[in-house]
Amino acid sequence: MFGNLSRNDWLLIAGFTVLVLAAPIWLAPLGAGYPAIMEKFCIFAIFAIGFNILFGLTGYLSFGHAAFLGVGSYAGVWMFKLFSMNVVLSTVFALICAGLFALIIGYISLRRSGIYFSILTLAFAQMMYNVAYSVLTPITNGETGLQLELSDPRYLDNALGASQSIGLPRTSFFGIDISGGGMPGFYFCAVILIICFYLSIRIFRSPFGMMLRAIKSNQTRMKYTGFNPKPYLLAAFVISGLYAGLAGALMVATDPLAGAERMQWTASGEVVLMTILGGVGTLVGPVIGATLIKYFENIFSAFNENILNATFDFLPEGLRHFAVEFSALFVGEGWFLTLGLVFMIVVIFLPGGIMEGIARIRALFSKKKTQDDAAEGSVVAAE
Amino acid sequence: MDTNNNVVLHVADVNKSFGGLKALTDVDLSVKEGTVHAIIGPNGAGKSTLLNVCIGRIPPDTGHVIFDGTVLDEITPHEINQLGVSRVFQTPEIFADLSLLENVMIPAFARRDGAFKFNPIRALSAEGEIREKAESHLEEVGLYAKRHTDAASLSRGDKRRLEMAMSLIQSPRLLLLDEPTAGMSRHDTNTTIDLLKTLKDRGMTKVIIEHDMHVVFSLADRISVLAQGRIIAEGTPDEVRNSPKVKEAYLGESQQ
Amino acid sequence: MDALLLQLLNGLDKGGAYALIALGLTLVFGTLGVVNFAHGALFMMGAFCAVVFDRLLNVETVTIDETQTTPWGTPMEIREPYIQSLLGDFGAFLVDYSVPISIILAIPIMLIIGVIMERGLIRHFYSRPHADQILVTFGLAIVLQEIIKHFFGANPIPQAAPDVVNGSADIGAMLGLDGIIAYPWWRLIYFVFSLLCIAAVFAFLQFTTYGMVVRAGMRDRETVGLLGIDIEKRFTVVFGIAAVVAGLAGVMYTPILPPDYHMGMDFLVLSFVVVVVGGMGSLGGAVLAGFLLGILQSFASMTEVKSIFPGIDQIIIYLVAVLILLTLPRGLMGRRGVMED
Repeated sequence: MFGNLSRNDWLLIAGFTVLVLAAPIWLAPLGAGYPAIMEKFCIFAIFAIGFNILFGLTGYLSFGHAAFLGVGSYAGVWMFKLFSMNVVLSTVFALICAGLFALIIGYISLRRSGIYFSILTLAFAQMMYNVAYSVLTPITNGETGLQLELSDPRYLDNALGASQSIGLPRTSFFGIDISGGGMPGFYFCAVILIICFYLSIRIFRSPFGMMLRAIKSNQTRMKYTGFNPKPYLLAAFVISGLYAGLAGALMVATDPLAGAERMQWTASGEVVLMTILGGVGTLVGPVIGATLIKYFENIFSAFNENILNATFDFLPEGLRHFAVEFSALFVGEGWFLTLGLVFMIVVIFLPGGIMEGIARIRALFSKKKTQDDAAEGSVVAAE
Repeated sequence: MDTNNNVVLHVADVNKSFGGLKALTDVDLSVKEGTVHAIIGPNGAGKSTLLNVCIGRIPPDTGHVIFDGTVLDEITPHEINQLGVSRVFQTPEIFADLSLLENVMIPAFARRDGAFKFNPIRALSAEGEIREKAESHLEEVGLYAKRHTDAASLSRGDKRRLEMAMSLIQSPRLLLLDEPTAGMSRHDTNTTIDLLKTLKDRGMTKVIIEHDMHVVFSLADRISVLAQGRIIAEGTPDEVRNSPKVKEAYLGESQQ
Repeated sequence: MDALLLQLLNGLDKGGAYALIALGLTLVFGTLGVVNFAHGALFMMGAFCAVVFDRLLNVETVTIDETQTTPWGTPMEIREPYIQSLLGDFGAFLVDYSVPISIILAIPIMLIIGVIMERGLIRHFYSRPHADQILVTFGLAIVLQEIIKHFFGANPIPQAAPDVVNGSADIGAMLGLDGIIAYPWWRLIYFVFSLLCIAAVFAFLQFTTYGMVVRAGMRDRETVGLLGIDIEKRFTVVFGIAAVVAGLAGVMYTPILPPDYHMGMDFLVLSFVVVVVGGMGSLGGAVLAGFLLGILQSFASMTEVKSIFPGIDQIIIYLVAVLILLTLPRGLMGRRGVMED
């Protein structure tokens, strides 16, 4: 089972593993070497990898995947409250819940395709958002969000006689603090990200993955070839829903608070953007997209007028005022404007995302190289 | 000539109209196992409609299409294929974004694994058998050298040959061909005829729609002539060739 | 009975807004084949046309009246809209009627915005996959709403209807019923206004040669292209009309719902549902579904209903949409062959 990936794929996995595990080292000079932000990178990378399995392989654009992330995080917090602060239990339960929701919503939404599918998923997600926000407040705690309380029963922890700490307990992985804001939390997310990445490569390289690409390419042909596309699509939908649920579970494992705003359709739009920014249908694209967006969100949101004034200090007064005013559009509160612009620019000019950009540059160089080779008169025998 | 008298495909009294237009009227057709059955007729005679009815793309208004005891118009396209009915389309239907090798491997998987198999962890590269089979089928249609290119980059003629390979790898019991040589050069047409002839030896039943009389008369065991949605004549190539009715309706105008 | 009638009325104005937005959405989809996620932003920008006009009119002059003093002992400042001191009663009239009058301002502005949007962006996406159209217009919607947020802040900005229609009408008396059914005048006006707009759009499509081409285009785009008609120019006009309709719907809605930057997104999702329920590419379906869903939502928000199904008003539209899509795949009035697999 392990020997069947190509050498390049194993190199990719190895490189990815090293980069992720060494993130605290190489992200530190970039100002993002602390656990909270790196956990975010991992969580959204998982979310985007999963989304890419649906959108990238089958071409079905879901506008409601944030709903599964929300389900996962509510399920996780309830496990913390009811049974145990151990993240294994909460993660497993989050996966079960997200998977069930994905199964039901996917089954219904996949009866239609194209734009109807997108709108159906959007309608479901918006419905779930409204339900979480106002209808099911006993379960979701509505606007405030679901959080831990001292009076939570935590039956399992208490039965096992876990030590009572002062204040709210922290989530843990068999005794190791996850939600404390320390490195263990990051490494927990990082290991899960690496596993998720590995599984996504397996899916891409499997006959199942090939069938998904074939469905994207020509669904009619698929039917006349003897395949029933529906279960393939549903399986892809559920897998990506599970990834989203897992991301939700990790979110509450590192910070045990679940709110409805995570399910809003703008949140679903964000994961779409991450995926297309990095490169739809590529292996590492979604990871790159997710990391970049969360990184720049972190930086851009932190800007305020004072920082801007300091940044443009070298400019003369009038010009500085203009520069500050103009850039204030894009930073701080204006981060979403930047996000929207990036969204448009990528779709217009680089529909294949960053990975396509890299491929184009590479093609440019290799073309040059073959031209050079030809100039030197070297003949490469055709296959 | 084939001596087997089993009827494998039976089109029973099929009627089909689009809006007010009658496309097929009381079409009754029996295809015997192991034969090549050609359907000819002038443009707009309803040939493609007939084929579409056979593969479940268009439901008939009345009547049925029965393949080996199963009523085809009541089941879905993928179920029809799984019974062993494969079709080559008039405009090539291929997976444009996938490589030629993948294009041919996919139908091979359909034949081996059925309509759905969930194997997301199994590596494609572990499927050596399917791969070799696909490669040999690509070789058969002369596309082996291009096996790693995307299907979208093929010429129209190559796309048809690819589609042929995609059908043949399934070893269908019944192969439906919609003008397999349309738009091909004389040379390519002859290669295709040769390929189709070798298939006869594999015991494959074929229904073929064709304009090119050269192709029809060099392949067909039986010919049905369709005109204005009705079958006006049926018989061996010689019988059809000499039928005055057919000459009037069709051959007279198309064969110079 | 009266309660039911009131709910029916309450649904009409919201239904009118849904219908107007969905009308433009489906018009653009039917003729141009583009799924426009930025259509809600047009509604929102229309609403902000009213805000801008109101602000322009309310530029104030400050005069200090030495003869009067405030309770704090400082000279009394008299603030008066500039236009009022300039034009007297007519100025006061303008200020009072700022919302309906801003329609005049909104029409050219929305037309220009629509034309720029179509020429600058949408046009280049006609031949791209629907997913790309969704994504790029989604991006545009975010950009537009964030720009509005930057200049107008995140809080809703209430707009007043003209004083004359500030109160409520007694519909009960009008219809000769016994009970009093108080219904805000402005909502009634909005309902009538939305009917007028819908009628205008249909009349345009029905009675002008331009509209004829558009209708033919909705039925069969390729053929119209083959006729040698300069289809591109007409596409631009169609998009402009859709933008104006959405904008006007926004302008007139401001006294009902104080506009804020995300109102477009809120209405867009619902309008999509309306379009889908009505049938993609069906104008009549969009109008019908708009009013139906508006009324349905209004009924679902009755306390009697909510006590049985808590929160049903929040999700009723989505539930109906899911049901309709599953039972009537083409929606209420959709035609065969539009967006099918």
